[in-house]
Amino acid sequence: MSSLTTGLKGRAELGVALLLGAAGVLVFLDANGLVTPYSQSDPVGPKTVPYIVAGLLVVCAVLLAINVIRGGQGEAEGGEDIDLTHPADWKTILPLAGAFILNILLIDWAGWVISGTVLFWGSVLALGSRRYVRDGLISVALSLLTFYGFYLGLGIALPAGLLEGIL
Amino acid sequence: MDVWSSLMDGFATALTPMNFLYAVIGVLLGTAVGVLPGLGPAMTVALLLPVTYALEPTSAFIMFAGIYYGGMYGGSTTSILLNTPGESSSVVTAIEGNKMAKAGRAAQALATAAIGSFIAGTIGTALLAVCAPIVVEFAVSLGAPSYFAIMVLALLAVTAVLGSSRLRGFASLGLGLAIGLVGIDSVTGQRRLTFGQPLLADGLDIVVVAVAIFAVGEALWVAAHLRRTPLHVIPVGRPWMGKKDWGRSWKPWLRGTAFGFPFGALPAGGAEIPTFLSYVTEKRLSKHPEEFGKGAIEGVAGPEAANNAAAAGTLTPMLALGLPTNATAAVMLAAFTSYGIQPGPQLFSSQGPLVWALIASLFIGNLLLLLINLPLAPLWAKLLQLPRPYLYAGILFFATLGAYSVNLQAFDLVILLVLGALGFMMRRFGLPVLPLILGVILGPRIEGQLRKTLQLSAGDPVGLFSEPIAVVIYIIVGLILAWPLLFKLVRRNRPAANTVSTAEATAAHSGSSAPAGNPVHADNRVLADGTAASDSSAHQDKKETP
Repeated sequence: MSSLTTGLKGRAELGVALLLGAAGVLVFLDANGLVTPYSQSDPVGPKTVPYIVAGLLVVCAVLLAINVIRGGQGEAEGGEDIDLTHPADWKTILPLAGAFILNILLIDWAGWVISGTVLFWGSVLALGSRRYVRDGLISVALSLLTFYGFYLGLGIALPAGLLEGIL
Repeated sequence: MDVWSSLMDGFATALTPMNFLYAVIGVLLGTAVGVLPGLGPAMTVALLLPVTYALEPTSAFIMFAGIYYGGMYGGSTTSILLNTPGESSSVVTAIEGNKMAKAGRAAQALATAAIGSFIAGTIGTALLAVCAPIVVEFAVSLGAPSYFAIMVLALLAVTAVLGSSRLRGFASLGLGLAIGLVGIDSVTGQRRLTFGQPLLADGLDIVVVAVAIFAVGEALWVAAHLRRTPLHVIPVGRPWMGKKDWGRSWKPWLRGTAFGFPFGALPAGGAEIPTFLSYVTEKRLSKHPEEFGKGAIEGVAGPEAANNAAAAGTLTPMLALGLPTNATAAVMLAAFTSYGIQPGPQLFSSQGPLVWALIASLFIGNLLLLLINLPLAPLWAKLLQLPRPYLYAGILFFATLGAYSVNLQAFDLVILLVLGALGFMMRRFGLPVLPLILGVILGPRIEGQLRKTLQLSAGDPVGLFSEPIAVVIYIIVGLILAWPLLFKLVRRNRPAANTVSTAEATAAHSGSSAPAGNPVHADNRVLADGTAASDSSAHQDKKETP
């Protein structure tokens, strides 16, 4: 690995420190905004623990930043299907996230059967399957099965949306 | 009521046809998800939580018990048949197990793992049934100061002892505690971290948080690094063992159990340390030390038993004190709360029948695992060939479904995505997931105990030390926090003079980098704590925390 990419990776982890710091400040400011009359029955009050958590986050942020600048590195998590030798594949993740967001937007309006199909089909495509027809059929079947399974088996009515009346 | 008759009542509940069916479903489901990469028992229980709201709590917990043990068993199958263990607790099994499989002894490796798991699980569950009521008897006398101290100990121990970087563990804990703060403060009714968003007032649903971190984060992370060339799965027939294998296995099983249970029961639980200790012990005691590293059956039998005994041990603090020390126990604890059951030492008296049915179903689940899984092993191996796009798309699909069905709010899915992205980031930068989940679950309870404690002492911090147990625990907490310093001092005084086992064991303990003078290369993989074997030791030296 060249020194340039190592440098970049180090800098990426500084983002984690930044996030921790930001979270710490956020928790602190939020706690600071609470108004609490002193009460005999609750001497600790709702602010104390947030202050401690904010402190922990900020301290971790600072220490992590120091650690990263000194060359420390968190080890990326391995697993059965994980190949860490190639860099993160954004061409897979972004469409995957896209399918997920599409589901969020569609679920209440179009209903679970449609949005779930979109979610599964989109995810399978994003993950590299190229059997469009078979994937589509499986997606529809899964959505329908879960819709009726939840309704009949568990009494949970997932939204029917556009297909209301048909299902 | 004494233990024996309570347990018999438990069996009576667990053996009703419906509950028995749930036990079978749980065991099959647990094994399947344990075998499948990317899925674990914690995530499965989290995904099933909303589905089981329609069930009796007893039936749900009987199923969870099956998933819990089944997941352990499935994990070991994967690590024997593929060389890349999914869970950190089966890292050690993979060392010898995969070598055995490659040498054509997969059937024997699976058999010793299955039978060892059964024996360790049964002994472990028996110990759980005996120990938990004793712990409860002791625990009911404790007040808020002691509980506060015990919970602090559990959080710090899990954060500081497990994983490879303490700093990153604490960062994860901080994030979890912050997530746990969201919502209306139960004492004063103040809204914390809700940003004026009414949907956040009830706090983040633990199911949504757990599914996001375990399932969505994992699926996104695997998607980013998906192995394009499928792994080679070693084909296997029905597991069996010859007489010689039995002779070599039974002592490691028992020794592994002895290592596993106590470590599992400690607040800093986890199966990494006992499986590792068991491996080192078997290697030293073996009559065939030359086989280690080439597929020694003792190296599978011992760690697998330790793994399962630790799983049983973990349930002791979970049931007796309401203190989870691994991810699955944490999610099961969240399940108790969502059924309106208050976890803690009162659990045995208030929910006696449920708890004993759960313990009885652990025995049943164990036996079922043995009976079902020996013949089904070839089928499980086939499961490993499921096309990956379907697997990970399916995880996302069911994660969405599970999270959505809790409240039927699209807003929960937004949270799911945001926290899923957080889970992705944590995996990318080596922040352990467990401290975050424990922070979310224990954070609010710790705060409650803290406020109760100081309420009793009218705001005087001395109240925190008003019980002797609390003082003892704070001393232990201090020792855990000071441990890396002590470790450095010890190492400076006698460098490389350590015996292999103490150096390795202490290194595993402190979760630090590879010890100097570690002679066996394979052992480096163990210390890398579930990460790829290719970690060079030069790289490991870098991640030492300040």
